[in-house]
Amino acid sequence: MGFLSTSLSMSRYHIQNTFDSEPMEQVRQGLIKNAIPKLENEYEEISAGWTPFESPYLPDFERFSFVFGSWFLFSLRIDKKSIPAKLVQKQMAIEIEKKKEKSGRDFVSKNEKSEIKEMVMDVLMHKMPSIPNVYDILWSYESADLFLLTTQKAANEFFETIFLKSFNLKPIRIFPYTLVETKSAFSSAQKDRIMTLTPLHHSR
Amino acid sequence: MLDIATAYNKYGFLGNEFLTWLWFVIETDQDMTQIMASKDPVAFCIGNSLVLENTLGDKSKEKITIKGDRAGLEEGTTALKKGAKVTEMNLVCTIGQEEEYTFTIKGESFNITGLKTPAAGGDGSDDELEGMVIEKALLLFRITQVIDTLFLAYLDQRIADDWKNKGLSQMRAWIYND
Repeated sequence: MGFLSTSLSMSRYHIQNTFDSEPMEQVRQGLIKNAIPKLENEYEEISAGWTPFESPYLPDFERFSFVFGSWFLFSLRIDKKSIPAKLVQKQMAIEIEKKKEKSGRDFVSKNEKSEIKEMVMDVLMHKMPSIPNVYDILWSYESADLFLLTTQKAANEFFETIFLKSFNLKPIRIFPYTLVETKSAFSSAQKDRIMTLTPLHHSR
Repeated sequence: MLDIATAYNKYGFLGNEFLTWLWFVIETDQDMTQIMASKDPVAFCIGNSLVLENTLGDKSKEKITIKGDRAGLEEGTTALKKGAKVTEMNLVCTIGQEEEYTFTIKGESFNITGLKTPAAGGDGSDDELEGMVIEKALLLFRITQVIDTLFLAYLDQRIADDWKNKGLSQMRAWIYND
């Protein structure tokens, strides 16, 4: 469980807007509707969705809670099939040889090579199991703060897309500019002043 | 609010300047608790890594990485003299008497890696899980609040009318060992 591990990495978000009513129920529905499928789609290269914190490989939100005190804690699972290039190369060589034997020619055309590659990729994609990656999410609905326990760009992008789709709330990544906009008590005049700052020169 | 990608690129320098200032505040033994107006005592020290970057005239970048538990940071101040800024640093933060956090923070993204918080109690049984989660959540919120408060305190100084004569000149005096 990444969240409870001794060392963790995280990126932060501010959640813009709120639900009109019953936030807990709306979160529950969003999680259930966009949970990662229990059964793997054999032909899908990437599959992503929510799963309970306590049960990353059995996405059952009826059985496992996502509410811990005043926090929501759940996980984003991204399953990805990754076919090693060397494996594609090997299968291609085998299939090209078969094609040559079958046709009686000592070459294969460019089009035939493309077809073989497509067929090889289809077969390998079908056989290859997905590798799951699980990223925990801690959300304080009251304060509109959310921690995604990863700093990987691809995971951040998946998270932003799925979160918006699930809850219709926009997650705004926290970095220097957005921290000023979402968390500071600066006046408009002070914010204007910050926005006109240019990089300092510490050297003389 | 500006477009997020544009804002990220345009104002990333504020995060790097903040880390550079934080290093200065730590090295000159300034009272962090007072700067933050915190109820609990807060103290920082530099951990085991410091990364600086300097954009050169042709837009290429020079990167200086200092690593080690008791590494000398003189090369860092030399880099500052050449115009570099801190882009990433490992910090040890103590809140209260014994609440210790260790982490690495990046200036432009405020991404945090390798965060070690005080241990959330319990033996990991299901009954205790909720308590552990709540305790850990509080610890994460506590350290991020400290970072946010410090960053906003830096900006408050940075936009003050006396910044050049006070804050910046003190930083230069530290960099040049005046």
